[in-house]
Amino acid sequence: MRYLPLSEADRGEMLQAVGASAIDDLFCDVPADALLAGPIAELPAHASELAVERQLTALSRKNLAAGEVPFFLGCGAYKHHIPASVDHIIQRGEFLTAYTPYQPEIAQGTLQVLFEFQTQVARLLGCEVANASMYDGSTACWEAIVMARRITRRTKAILSSGLHPHYVSVANTMAKFTGDVLNTSLPELNAATDADKLIAAIDGETSAVVVQYPDILGRITDLTPIAEAAHANGALLIAVVTEPVALGLIRSPGEMGADIVVGEGQSIGVGLQFGGPYVGLFATREKYVRQMPGRLAGETVDAEGKRGFVLTLSTREQHIRREKATSNICTNSGLCALAFSVHMSLLGEKGLRQLAQLNHARACEVADRLAAIPGVRLVNDSFFNEFTIELPVEARPVVRHLADNGILGGVSLGRLYPGADALQNGLVIAVTETATDEDIDALEAGLKEVCK
Amino acid sequence: MQTVTGNRALMLEEPLLFEIGSTEQTGVDFPEFKANAGRLGDLERHRGIGLAGLSEPEAVRHYTRLSRQNYAIDLGLFPLGSCTMKHNPRLNEKVARLPGFADAHPLQPIDSVQGALELIDLVGNWLTTLTGMPAVAMSPKAGAHGELCGLLCIRAALEARGDAREVVLVPESAHGTNPATAAFAGYRVENIPANKAGRVDLEALKTRLGPDVAAVMITNPNTCGLFEPDMKAISDAVHAAGAFVYCDGANFNAIVGKVRPGDLGVDAMHINLHKTFSTPHGGGGPGAGPVVLSAALAPFAPLPFVEKQGDRFVLVEEETAEEHHAQSFGRMVAFHGQMGMFTRAASYMLSHGSDGLRQVAEDAVLNANYILRSLEDLLDAPFGPSGPCMHEALFSDRGFGEGLSTLDLAKALIDEGFHPMTMYFPLVVHGAMLVEPTETESRASLDQFIAAFRSIAERAKAGDERLKAAPVYAPRRRLDETLAARKPVLVYKDAEPAQAAE
Repeated sequence: MRYLPLSEADRGEMLQAVGASAIDDLFCDVPADALLAGPIAELPAHASELAVERQLTALSRKNLAAGEVPFFLGCGAYKHHIPASVDHIIQRGEFLTAYTPYQPEIAQGTLQVLFEFQTQVARLLGCEVANASMYDGSTACWEAIVMARRITRRTKAILSSGLHPHYVSVANTMAKFTGDVLNTSLPELNAATDADKLIAAIDGETSAVVVQYPDILGRITDLTPIAEAAHANGALLIAVVTEPVALGLIRSPGEMGADIVVGEGQSIGVGLQFGGPYVGLFATREKYVRQMPGRLAGETVDAEGKRGFVLTLSTREQHIRREKATSNICTNSGLCALAFSVHMSLLGEKGLRQLAQLNHARACEVADRLAAIPGVRLVNDSFFNEFTIELPVEARPVVRHLADNGILGGVSLGRLYPGADALQNGLVIAVTETATDEDIDALEAGLKEVCK
Repeated sequence: MQTVTGNRALMLEEPLLFEIGSTEQTGVDFPEFKANAGRLGDLERHRGIGLAGLSEPEAVRHYTRLSRQNYAIDLGLFPLGSCTMKHNPRLNEKVARLPGFADAHPLQPIDSVQGALELIDLVGNWLTTLTGMPAVAMSPKAGAHGELCGLLCIRAALEARGDAREVVLVPESAHGTNPATAAFAGYRVENIPANKAGRVDLEALKTRLGPDVAAVMITNPNTCGLFEPDMKAISDAVHAAGAFVYCDGANFNAIVGKVRPGDLGVDAMHINLHKTFSTPHGGGGPGAGPVVLSAALAPFAPLPFVEKQGDRFVLVEEETAEEHHAQSFGRMVAFHGQMGMFTRAASYMLSHGSDGLRQVAEDAVLNANYILRSLEDLLDAPFGPSGPCMHEALFSDRGFGEGLSTLDLAKALIDEGFHPMTMYFPLVVHGAMLVEPTETESRASLDQFIAAFRSIAERAKAGDERLKAAPVYAPRRRLDETLAARKPVLVYKDAEPAQAAE
């Protein structure tokens, strides 16, 4: 077995050294009838590197990879080009195979990266502080709602109809157990967002209003009036960003008054990976930092006065506060945060802005072309790199039909909202810098065909 | 002697990204395009962000230099007890990057991701078979998320039978996440003491069981590095009281292929894929925490999950959750869990096979006992006399010289080129030192570690004051953690963000 260094001779001598006559002497606390006599027969025996690689490669070929075909899916996960150096850096063993930086003197690499990541995230989202990352956007969103409850001591949150339905599902699942009351509704295929409805729903019991920006249909709205209305009632504004590239071009939620901004960072540096691992972003105001879940890296000095970094404010955390902790989270998405940070530092402000402009320009072009197809209606007035069109027919079978013809042509709202009749013709199209002219031609032709 | 740069030959100082980069620099080129800002709804950004950019060579150097300030399992023994740092095979990295897995979107039509679903099914099948449990929930994102999943299944099962229970019992030796998770799931937490042998006090547990107890959370092998020999009796008592057994499977690596937790009456157990199945920890994550479930809890498993229907794999989501899934407690994450980690775990499982995984547990346990028996003449091993340990060896700071602590010993290990063991955990032992070598250490590396540990322990017992100054040779001397907490500096502040966008 290529991963196990002990030889049979080592094993024999070591058993002798520990005073055991056979390996099972060391398993003597296991009840005899529960100790298996040999390898579990239902599973195969060990295999060579060549054999495993072949088996898994064969499996991977049963998938249609995004890079192989015209590709227009978004809705919380985006395909962007990742510079080759990002993967090179995250595969360095000192990053890849390090543990949580519990011994800061020999973990300055990870700690400095997390400090830089926190700074990038706080600035991007327009907040004062950020943590060292969460599991993903959807769990960060729920943690933000719980944090707002801790701050306001209220339990009623209002969720925008433009919030990703899976994020709503996660929050609903958790709220069943925590007793939080969530006010939710389905989106409508309109250019207008539900800002007015949200503002009207805010009352003295509201802990937080949760909005997505850009929202699930790709719409963008000024969050300032919602923030003002929330604050006037003692509630917080939580903004969710699932496409952080957008913030290279549009105003940040923090700038518009959001108190907690969470996001899915997958778009920058992290691949699609069929849904995970991703990287949750979490930022807030400085005054709420002790209510923030997750890990934090902080600056300090060492015994010689040199600048260094440590994990800090751990008195909020599970390993010290146990049942009184701000959350049960005991990890972050360290490696994905590294990928985000490397990609972001390669982009820099200039590159991020160019990337965002390129995405927007490409998306505008595609929106115009698709809207010109007879029977197709462009739902959005505003968008960044993702928009919704209404087809004359149900979108789900269209998406399947396109996929059968080698085009991954967007996410049907029917997939996301299976029970909502009014949404079944909606198709959400994401256009990033990876879409070529030929890809766009193929999508246009495919949609023309089904709209005939 | 001071150098002009502050560097010491191969040990290079590295400034912050914000001190070397600028908002005008970029390491990425884009094709020509016509900018278009017509659809932004008057929300175009006018204020600068303050994101520093680097050219590609500068970026590669910045991160490569930073990487060299990290200890990692690729560099040597990383004996963090209960954290389990083992070699990460590079085949796992290679297969995780196959485009069919790495470049598939979570919302692609089901027929275009049959291979991804088959892989999730494959890993799930290994997990249920290895644990002897009928079902598995694959979507939890990390161990603690898996704990939450298990407790929510329990709560949903209890509510389905109209049984509102309020208390979760957690033994003292449990991982800190256990009580936090129980509280997060809406339960009141009560502690159960450990007995003198470092195990759950069975009588204390039985006495506390009653109609208000929803579940008992047990770690087995436990955080003292010991197997709970009364596990079956505990399960029987818990079930007789109408409650469920949650097993923290963080230490499953010690018994994989040797014992099936299902045979011991466990109802739910999460498995940290990085610990048992070698997915890389990446300096803090990502993790993956699939949860195996008993027949009683299976109907309540979260969505989505993968099912084989005929020769086709199906993703059961909200829309398709009919009849036998109608009791699911819901969705706990946006997509389908940590696919990238499943791929790596699958590679590890297939490479070892059923026989190899059994050998993994045996070697892990043998290595831990080798460390225990090689040091117990010198260091206090509170549970050493009661028998063998499992995957990790536990020592205390008893007998150290005046004013010297576990921390001093740990920092001295750094100077010897080792990552220190887990410190001050579990809480049931004073000045605890929890050493977990894992199965991927050779006998030579164990012997070297033991020699270093012995020498430092001897100095600690002799009251060698110089230990308080360690580490001397690390990139940093001891860091002031009190200052960091008292005056938190969590983001870089000096540079003023640019005020105008281009």
